[in-house]
Amino acid sequence: MTDQTPALRLEGIVKTFPGVRALDGVSFTVMPGEVHALMGENGAGKSTLMKVLGGILAPNEGQIFIEEQPTIMSSPMNAKAKGVVFIHQELSLADELSVAENIWLGELPKKSFGRVDWTKLYDETDAILKTLNVGFDARKRVGDLSIANQQMVEIARALTVEPRAVIFDEPTASLTDAEKVVLFEVISDLQSRGVGVIYISHRMEEIFKITDRISVLRDGQYRGTLNTAETNEEEVTHLMIGRTLDLSRNAVTHEMGEVALEVRSLSCGDLFSDVSFTVRRGEVVGFYGLVGAGRTEIAETLFGLREPSSGTIHLGGEEVTINSPADAIKRGISLVPEDRKGQGLILGMNCRDNMTLPQVSDLTAGPFVSDGAEVAIFDQYRDKLDIRTPGWRQTVGNLSGGNQQKIVIGKWLSMRPEVLIVDEPTRGIDVGSKSEIHNLIRELASQGYAVIVISSEMPEVLHVSDRIVAMFSGRVMREFTAEEVTEDSLIQAISGIGADKVA
Amino acid sequence: MAELTRKGLGGFLARQGILVAFAVFMIAFAVANPRFIDIDNVFGVIRSSAILGVMALGVTFVVIGGNLDLSVGSMMSFSTIVVLDLHDKIGPTLAIPSMFLMTMALGAFIGILVGYLKLNSLIVTLGMLSAIHGLTLTYSGGKNMDIADKEGTWFAVFGQGGIAGVPMPILMFAALAIILSIILSRTPFGRKVYAVGGNGVAATFSGIPRARVVFMTYLMSSFCVATAGLIQASRSMGSQNTVGQGMELEVLAAVILGGASLLGGAGTIFKTVIGVLILGFIQNGLLLLGLAFYAQYVVTWIIIILAVWLDIAAKRGGLWSRIA
Amino acid sequence: MNNTTRANLIKQGAIWAFIVVELAFFSIAGEFLSVTDSAFMDFDNMLLLLKQSAPIGIIALGMTIIMINGNIDLSVGATFALAAIVLLDSMTWPFMQALGNWAIPLAWLFALATGVILGAINGLIVWKTGVDAFIVTLGSMLGYRGLVFMYNGEQPTSHLNWTLVDFAEAQFLGLHTATWFLLGAGLLLWLLMTRTVHGRNAYAIGNNRDAAVNAGIRVGPHFLWNFMLIGFLAALSAVVFYSESGSVNPNDGMLYELWAITAVVLGGTKLSGGYGSIISTLGGVIAIQLLRKGLGHIGADTETVNLVIGLILIAVLFLDRQLNRKGKEELRT
Repeated sequence: MTDQTPALRLEGIVKTFPGVRALDGVSFTVMPGEVHALMGENGAGKSTLMKVLGGILAPNEGQIFIEEQPTIMSSPMNAKAKGVVFIHQELSLADELSVAENIWLGELPKKSFGRVDWTKLYDETDAILKTLNVGFDARKRVGDLSIANQQMVEIARALTVEPRAVIFDEPTASLTDAEKVVLFEVISDLQSRGVGVIYISHRMEEIFKITDRISVLRDGQYRGTLNTAETNEEEVTHLMIGRTLDLSRNAVTHEMGEVALEVRSLSCGDLFSDVSFTVRRGEVVGFYGLVGAGRTEIAETLFGLREPSSGTIHLGGEEVTINSPADAIKRGISLVPEDRKGQGLILGMNCRDNMTLPQVSDLTAGPFVSDGAEVAIFDQYRDKLDIRTPGWRQTVGNLSGGNQQKIVIGKWLSMRPEVLIVDEPTRGIDVGSKSEIHNLIRELASQGYAVIVISSEMPEVLHVSDRIVAMFSGRVMREFTAEEVTEDSLIQAISGIGADKVA
Repeated sequence: MAELTRKGLGGFLARQGILVAFAVFMIAFAVANPRFIDIDNVFGVIRSSAILGVMALGVTFVVIGGNLDLSVGSMMSFSTIVVLDLHDKIGPTLAIPSMFLMTMALGAFIGILVGYLKLNSLIVTLGMLSAIHGLTLTYSGGKNMDIADKEGTWFAVFGQGGIAGVPMPILMFAALAIILSIILSRTPFGRKVYAVGGNGVAATFSGIPRARVVFMTYLMSSFCVATAGLIQASRSMGSQNTVGQGMELEVLAAVILGGASLLGGAGTIFKTVIGVLILGFIQNGLLLLGLAFYAQYVVTWIIIILAVWLDIAAKRGGLWSRIA
Repeated sequence: MNNTTRANLIKQGAIWAFIVVELAFFSIAGEFLSVTDSAFMDFDNMLLLLKQSAPIGIIALGMTIIMINGNIDLSVGATFALAAIVLLDSMTWPFMQALGNWAIPLAWLFALATGVILGAINGLIVWKTGVDAFIVTLGSMLGYRGLVFMYNGEQPTSHLNWTLVDFAEAQFLGLHTATWFLLGAGLLLWLLMTRTVHGRNAYAIGNNRDAAVNAGIRVGPHFLWNFMLIGFLAALSAVVFYSESGSVNPNDGMLYELWAITAVVLGGTKLSGGYGSIISTLGGVIAIQLLRKGLGHIGADTETVNLVIGLILIAVLFLDRQLNRKGKEELRT
């Protein structure tokens, strides 16, 4: 590998924003035909680095070389023309336009008078789609495609040029296992054509499955490159966070109380059906499954955001109907939602107002909101959860992800719920805050809360749960106790394998 | 970057720019023509701004709640015509509450469409602009309304009366501004309006009945419109069908000038009042300088663009947009 | 997947179905209620209807493009009035009068240039300041109207040129000049939006602006061109209308922006941008004009037109939402 010319080489890249050194002398090399993982916590500088590479940001210092030719990337188009293509994490497609128009977005073939050359457009697109082996054609409206196929359209974009390096940013975030296989095939195809692939992901199992080398960033600095075959998860994690993360099984078992929540054959249309489970006081029940398995939808139904089509919900032994979040809150259910910024917080509001929002009607002195009562609640949970903010007046949008999540958790703890549901509690949060939140969840259970944790990260579920409910395609496949669960059996259950084992 | 806007002169201007602009403007005009800050002139300006102002107070709630209201102009025509018509039919004591009920029924209708049925507020209120205009014309048969016996009624008190030398429209505007300001800034309902406008989904996830809050903002807006209609009718004791036509956009201009974001979640009653006064004093100042009334249109245009531009420039930390 | 194409067909066909329903309703109701003896579906009546659709229609075509692009333009009414004043006033300038009938194309040019310049001002402000188009054009709606008043105070501006009137009242293949302008503009803009790179990019920008930016499409110039285009069309509308009428009041064109937006929304263009069609907007324009004429035909007060159109607009919005609902499972937010 060492005799080859690197497809892409970065040297001493520095990028500063006012007050922040986002990238501090980062260097790394991608060889043709290799899959190179780029890892790091959130805020480590991965996305800044990729924006520099993709021509979206200009570096303050340093040099980019394509096949050892020094290059300046002035715009995304410019980068693409030079063979560096960025496949975005959030799909950036225009869903009302056709597949072909999306693939050639910004560079539609022209005839006279600025007319689009449709024949050429469709022919060339179909040729690219053929190499990707997909089941749709160039004229299809993108909005009518599945998420995975839309991802394929994104990838097809990379193939309109002769790519030298392709950057994948969390490409599997919303793919099913079957779809991932197709993606990995495409990547290995690129690899065999001598393209250098940069693969950004948080998912260790994928990294170890498909990459050749792993480079790690921490706090905007390059920490080193490892050969995937010669390293392990521990070493990578250590490089990422500078210490080893404790993800041992949850061993502490305190007394369980009576059943707080019981759900009996609950169904909601096509989203999930015949779901039954119980949660006791002092217990953490983990819900594990793939995206789209129906876990979030169950939480939303329990919280009164969806109307169940059949089945019953029992709280403290009594059957209840929950018509709205207000109902759910009244009955002691709290939901820390999956999408922190979209559902959990009002980013333009200050910390205190966000935290007291669900109970603002009760925090009154006469007809007015009581300032004192609000500040008291904020102070209490700021101390309890160790929320780092300059003060309650701080706008929530200015806090870090971990502190934002603690505000949301504080908001719901201050409601003193009987049942606390946390959906993806550590998504997009750096590793340090992650373990703090894990400890917090365990601590809440030991104080007698009934807790439901929904997560797509197996280590997290294994770490915090007393019991694990495995879901696949809207159904509960199996329930595990913390003692009996193994990674293998869990994976089987959430992939739909071993459905016959369900009692 | 948000940190930076908090500090220094730039930050102060970003937060209080509209007040500073107002002060500079007032001083400049006062120097140019001392009559500008004469107490009679000041009262005159506020009084003639009161109708626009009262409507702007209600629209502030709607806008902070994340919606628009383009129907207030034709709704004001409606309430003016209705109260004038009913005045002669059932007398002022019954006419006023009846008019309020009818106007607020329209507000409730919009509130149901936008709040409970979640229809786009721009289009709904655009439709209602047209529909209420039609309703008013149908009601009046296309004719102007006049109170027959202008001397024999106490109805003129709202538009022409006054207490201790302060004109009644000013008192009503001020009282309403104070009450609504307290509701918006001090009560749980006010907090919920900000929450719903700031992030409606997150508000729902916090157990806030979003539909009801939006409904209430439109109801309050229609209450303000009815009050404005009352002042208008009482001041002129007769009216055309189109008295409020075009005011919806002026009202919106005042609210935006006050710094309320069209995206919702931001703005205050106090700033809206400043926005209303700026529009009023510009008009007056230009008149005193001997310019025709339409000069204010051009000046208002420039001021609105500058105000919003500087506001977002401070937030993004640069004068020019990053649109390629 | 067949469902989605069918849903699309229903969406695009809806406005034409509505027009057919209107025609049927007014023809039948007209039999019983009509104040005149003539039939509603009379050929001359329909030709007149097209002609009367032209002023708002031409503006609505431009509004479609602006809205597909993800913006809105509230200043078209004022632009319309200012272009009209320039058209009529310029013909009274001494050097223009010396030109005889050659003054006409020159006056048109001045009027159209006025529209383009006013549009360019809007476009530049939207592009360079990043202020939302709604606010920018709300401001210029006032500002441009101020310019209209400044031109001639509160006096109407008049100039009647008989050559021009003859031209405006001419009929070619049965259709009036104004109708030809409407159809011609419709055809050209349809080609622009469906066949050219500029048009497709305008869709892309309205549909997903970030994606367009990432793909290297320059958003600002597209905004600028489209605002210049709608300015041009507002002026064209004024040229067509005032060539015949010969007199413009400073308040002319008020609320035209709202009528144009109504027509565009009836035609199914998405408010958020990225979806819409020129042809459907033509449908929307015709539907409104039909309603106006039809209600008059069956003897309803002209006032009720406003009421009915407003309610129809809301009903369309409601139906659109009902069609797009996912049923009971939907998240109750």
